[in-house]
Amino acid sequence: MTDRKPPPSLDELEARLRKAREGQEERSRPSRYAGIPQGPLGVAWRIGVELVAAMIVGVGGGWLIDRWLGTAPWGLVVMFFLGSAAGILNVYRAISGLGFAPGYRRTDKEDPERPNGDGH
Amino acid sequence: MDPLHQFQINPIVQLIIAGFDVSFSNSALFMVVAALLVYGLLVHGMKARALVPGRLQSLAEMFYEFVAGMVRENAGADAKPYFPFVFTLFMFILFGNMLGMIPYTFTFTSHIIVTFTLALTVFVFVTVLALMKHGLHFFSFFMPHGAPIALAPILIPIEVISYLMRPVSLSIRLFANMMAGHTMLKVFAGFTVLMISGLGALGLFVGLIPIAINVALTGFEFLVAFLQAYVFSILTCLYIRDALELH
Repeated sequence: MTDRKPPPSLDELEARLRKAREGQEERSRPSRYAGIPQGPLGVAWRIGVELVAAMIVGVGGGWLIDRWLGTAPWGLVVMFFLGSAAGILNVYRAISGLGFAPGYRRTDKEDPERPNGDGH
Repeated sequence: MDPLHQFQINPIVQLIIAGFDVSFSNSALFMVVAALLVYGLLVHGMKARALVPGRLQSLAEMFYEFVAGMVRENAGADAKPYFPFVFTLFMFILFGNMLGMIPYTFTFTSHIIVTFTLALTVFVFVTVLALMKHGLHFFSFFMPHGAPIALAPILIPIEVISYLMRPVSLSIRLFANMMAGHTMLKVFAGFTVLMISGLGALGLFVGLIPIAINVALTGFEFLVAFLQAYVFSILTCLYIRDALELH
């Protein structure tokens, strides 16, 4: 090992580092769909869990409101329907790829993985 | 042969303070073991700080890079300060799930109270973060963009409920997966015992079928153990991103 190449100069290293960092920034644009399991079992689990969670929060919340304000049974009735609506809404969002967030705004129009048909 | 017996909490050190039972249970013991293992892996593994990592160091670095990539890709570049939070959650849940795969251990992530506490931590953290970043503007989160004002009395409660659902669905997902898997393993193992006691010599052969299924299930459970830790931290990342960007 006598004819080893001379080590790169600091300037060269700096340039290489900058290039690598730029590549990282490029990749760091978050994507909505990364990572969440999209297989049939994963989707099934998600729907089930969303619906159960909606019922727990809706009915449980309604029951607590009734106990707190003494409005039985109206809190439970109203919250049951609101909870069902929230559960179905969340399943719709999960399936149509709008993500997990409340609010309807699509933030991922520039997402290359899911073209929206608007010239992508 | 009760398949749910494995989830029983047994106090190891009885401790009652001011009327509250705060005994050190088998669940708490395995949480401590998981935390110590994570600590040991990271501190001991990184002790060498070698340029060419050894086994433990490369494992520690792999975990670090994996979670760092996950935070970068799912929560955005602004979420770097919250990496330690996600990393801690991921490692704790992963080690809890994986410890549960060793026979005779206790899987603390199969209890909803544990997963719900973890999810509630995430929920409170994310809500406080959003309030600090955006102040009262945070509440615009609950009014869907572009919806008619007349629908607000219906839409806002629905959005609030679906926001409050987050910790519930986060915790149910983890606990249900772990509990279902471990119960299933026990049930299939129980079939073999039943067959041997019921069918005699023939049962010895037929009883091999549930064991074969159990081998496959064990492999599947390792996948689930990893995947659920992954899903939990990914969702945490997505919630952090929602809190930072607020759309």
